[in-house]
Amino acid sequence: MVQFTDVFKSYENGTKALRGVSFRIDDGEFAFLVGPSGSGKTTIIKLLTGEIAPTDGKITVNDYDLTNIKFSKMPYMRRTLGVVFQDYRLIEDKTVFENVAFAMRVVGASSKEIRRRVPYVLELVGLDTRTRRRPQELSGGEQQRVAIARALVNNPRLIIADEPTGNLDPARSLEIMMLLQKINELGTTVLVVTHEKELVESFSKRVIAIDGGKIISDGMGGYYNYER
Amino acid sequence: MRGNRFVYYVREGINSIFNHGFMSFASVCIIVACLIIMGSFTLLALNVDNMIDTMESENEIMAFVNSEYSRADAQAIQPYIESIDNVDTVRFVTREQAWDDFLDQYNDPSRLGDFGADILRDRYVVYVNDISKLADTRDAISQVSGIAATSVHLDVARGLVRFRNIVTIASLALVAILFVISLFIMSNTIKLTTFERRDEIAIMKMVGATSTFIRWPFVVQGLILGLLGSLISFVMEWGIYTLFSTKLMATSGLSFMTVIPFAAVSIPIFLAFTVVGLGVGVIGSLLAIRNYLKV
Ligand SMILES: Nc1ncnc2c1ncn2[C@@H]1O[C@H](COP(=O)(O)OP(=O)(O)O)[C@@H](O)[C@H]1O
Ligand SMILES: [Mg+2]
Repeated sequence: MVQFTDVFKSYENGTKALRGVSFRIDDGEFAFLVGPSGSGKTTIIKLLTGEIAPTDGKITVNDYDLTNIKFSKMPYMRRTLGVVFQDYRLIEDKTVFENVAFAMRVVGASSKEIRRRVPYVLELVGLDTRTRRRPQELSGGEQQRVAIARALVNNPRLIIADEPTGNLDPARSLEIMMLLQKINELGTTVLVVTHEKELVESFSKRVIAIDGGKIISDGMGGYYNYER
Repeated sequence: MRGNRFVYYVREGINSIFNHGFMSFASVCIIVACLIIMGSFTLLALNVDNMIDTMESENEIMAFVNSEYSRADAQAIQPYIESIDNVDTVRFVTREQAWDDFLDQYNDPSRLGDFGADILRDRYVVYVNDISKLADTRDAISQVSGIAATSVHLDVARGLVRFRNIVTIASLALVAILFVISLFIMSNTIKLTTFERRDEIAIMKMVGATSTFIRWPFVVQGLILGLLGSLISFVMEWGIYTLFSTKLMATSGLSFMTVIPFAAVSIPIFLAFTVVGLGVGVIGSLLAIRNYLKV
């Protein structure tokens, strides 16, 4: 569950990235966050992951109140999230298996748990034949699947994807979206950030539209129009 | 801490050392150089201090009693000398004893002819607690009535005390400066690793690794480098010191030039080296990783 209540964010240089943003995403939902570039989408994601703090307002993520969270609790909040980025952010000198296993290892999972869980997740994203490859040997779509597998492996309550298809062709993009939908059907809340209108339109999902740091519409697909 | 986590920290730490072989080698060398300089100065200061102690027990003030005093009168002065500040022990030596001592040291007593004990004065041999105050003590003894003259080897004492003070100050300053330099080199070596692995660190944070977990491999890297540095410098210091002290003992005829054997100080030196090496490693690594853990 994610709740933003009247959130403002100004960066150090004075840029007002968010100007009173409120929305709520319940457990099990699938939502798109759309808006032109510079509208504040990534700022919302960074606030969600605790990478930056809001200037004003209240943010709750999976029962953690991010406005009052202790620094030492932050890692535990992050374990309830899985984050996927446009640029994949894989470790180049680790294999697909190791990249995914790494996420488990650094939160203290045992080798036994890792050996059981990683193959399951890699099969879920359709990479069970690629486990020994390194990221450079994979296509962009495949690399993004590794990133999704890594985001999933610790069984988070919420998956956040910031422009996950930004570097992919339309067919690969659709595949990634289908995968995220499949993950949502298995019970994980999914929030996808994108500025690709066509992609959003092809799904009948909730769309939160933002422009100039404000929510301009929030509803089922087709209710938004962020182009000026 | 679970076993496999410990294995992870150590393996990551060792990998980092080999991935940056040259910088690791350089930081170990710097630690070795710093520790040897620190250690040598400390050993020098210890030895000078030891020599000063020896001198304090050997360097005596001779206080000669007025020859007109009777034996009884001469002996009556003793409490007055004993009451003087900084006086440790006082021993009365009769002119006859002094003459015998003199004869013992003299190679050819026959050449002394008719001379006898009566040419000498009764005397007090005074030992002090602190030879840096030797001159003051000597002056105070001279004031005691019945003391006709005093004699003391002030120059050596003065020189040695001044030398000790310089060595002590210099070694403290050097230890501080070298500690900072070692820290700087160490933290930069580890910064190379943290910089190279900044993406990995970012991923760790993103998936919810604790700061402690992220820190440990770098701390282990620092610990290993620091420990390696202290062990190597201990062995080298041992060799250098032993070499120097045997040379010095062989060439010097001075009685107070007794060099402390390495075995007598090896445990404190070993502990000090280990503590400094590990300290540099741990603090250096914490400094290196600090910036990555803020968010
Ligand atoms: N670290 C930053 N410092 C200053 N301004 C920033 C920073 N990050 C983003 N911004 C500004 O905040 C606004 C929103 O940015 P962002 O959230 O990245 O938008 P989006 O992801 O929708 O493209 C933009 O005007 C951007 O230039
Ligand atoms: Mg963005």
